[in-house]
Amino acid sequence: MYLKEFTKGIFQRNPVFVLLLGLCPTLAVSTSVENAMGMGAASTFVLVFSNLLVSLIKNFIPKKIRIPCFIVVIATFVTMVELFLEAYLPDLNESLGLFVPLIVVNCIILGRAEAFASRNPVSLSLADGLGMGVGFTLALMLLGSIREILGSNALFGYELIPGFRPAMIMILPPGAFLTIGLLLGLFALLRARREASGKEDDKLQAEETTSIISG
Amino acid sequence: MIGELFIIFIGVVLVNNFVLVRFLGICPYIGVSKDLKSAVGMGIAVIFVMTIASVATWFIYQYFLAPGPSNIWFVIFGDGINYSSFNFTYLRTIAFILVIAALVQLVEMIIKKTSPSLYRALGIYLPLITTNCAVLGVAVLNIDTFFKGGEAVPWSLLKSLTQGFGAGVGFTLALVLMASIRERLELADIPPALKGAPIAFLVGALMSMAFLGFTGLI
Repeated sequence: MYLKEFTKGIFQRNPVFVLLLGLCPTLAVSTSVENAMGMGAASTFVLVFSNLLVSLIKNFIPKKIRIPCFIVVIATFVTMVELFLEAYLPDLNESLGLFVPLIVVNCIILGRAEAFASRNPVSLSLADGLGMGVGFTLALMLLGSIREILGSNALFGYELIPGFRPAMIMILPPGAFLTIGLLLGLFALLRARREASGKEDDKLQAEETTSIISG
Repeated sequence: MIGELFIIFIGVVLVNNFVLVRFLGICPYIGVSKDLKSAVGMGIAVIFVMTIASVATWFIYQYFLAPGPSNIWFVIFGDGINYSSFNFTYLRTIAFILVIAALVQLVEMIIKKTSPSLYRALGIYLPLITTNCAVLGVAVLNIDTFFKGGEAVPWSLLKSLTQGFGAGVGFTLALVLMASIRERLELADIPPALKGAPIAFLVGALMSMAFLGFTGLI
C-alpha cells in the first residue's frame, strides 16, 4: 500500500508531465542537471515535511482557515531551506535565485497538502510526499539533462563531445518551452498507443489537473 | 527620474517579460488562455493585484522587516539598542505570502461591495491569484532589486510600483497574445498527440524566441 502511494507520484500521476503542476520552477531551473537536482531536492524536502506536519495537525485546523494554515506551514519549511542554502550552498542558491522563495507557491505542495495529507494518516502522507517529490525531481532532471546536453554539450558540467558547438537556444528560455512541449506530446502519443492496444486503462483524473490552475 | 521609471517599465514588460523570459505565472498562461475574454479578465485582475501587492510589500519590508531607523520594532522597543539588531528580513517569504493572501481577500471583498459589475468580471479570477507565483515573484524581485544590502535605493517605492504594474502588463500582454493564437489553433489541423497543452508550449517557445529579440533594448 505504501509502495503504491510512493510509485503513483513517479509514473501515472507524475506532477509535471501528467498533472501539469509546478511548471514555473520546472521550466526556469532546468538549464542544467545540477540546478534541476538542487531544486528537486529542496522541493522534496518541503513537500515531505509539509505533508507530515499537515497530516499531524489536520484534526486541529478549522475547515474554513485550512488554506492559510497550510501556507504558513509550507512557508516555514521554505524559509528553513532558504537559510540552509544561503549558508551552505551559496552557488546553488545564486543560480536558483528567485525560485527558492517561490517554492511556497509551487502548486504541487499546496495541492498535496489539500488533496492528500489533510485526509490521510501520517505514514501514507509521508509516502505520498516522497513519491511526488521524487517524481518532480526526476521530471526536472529529465528536462535538465536534455537541455544541458543539447544546449551546452555537457552533463553535470562535464563536456561530452570535444569541439562540438551546441545549440545555445536550448538553455535560453525558448528551449524550455520547446523541450516540455515535445516531451508532453511524446507522452500523449505513448499513452494513446497504450490505450489503443487496450493493455491498461489508467483513469487519469482530469478534474484534479484542472482544479488547481495556479502557481 | 521619469526616464529611469520608463526603463524599468520597458524592461519588465518586453525585455524580461515575466511569463516568457522569467517563467513566472506559467500555469494561468497555459490554463486560462483558452479564450480571449477570460484572458483579458485574468490579465486585468493580475495587474490590479500586482500593483497593490508591490506597494503593500514595500511598506511591510521597509517598516517591519528591514533593519533601519524607521523599523517599527526599533521605534517601539529600541531604547539604547542599535537598530541593526532589529533585522527580520528572514521572515520575508512568510510575511509576503500572508500579506498577498490577505490582500487578495480584501480586494475581493471591497470589489464585491463597491462594484458588482467589476466583481462579476474579475471575481472568479481573484482566488486563483493568491497562489500565482508571479505575484509573490514580483514582490521578492522588488526587494532584491531595490533594497541593495538592506538599504532602500532612492525612490524605491515609486520604482517598486512601476515594476509591479509593468510586470502585470507584461503578463497580460503574453496571456492575451497566447489566447488569440489559441483561438485560431482550435481550427487548425494539428497532430492529435500535440493537442491541448503540448501545442500551447510550442507556441510559447516561438513567442519566447520573438521576445528574445528585445534583448539589448535597454
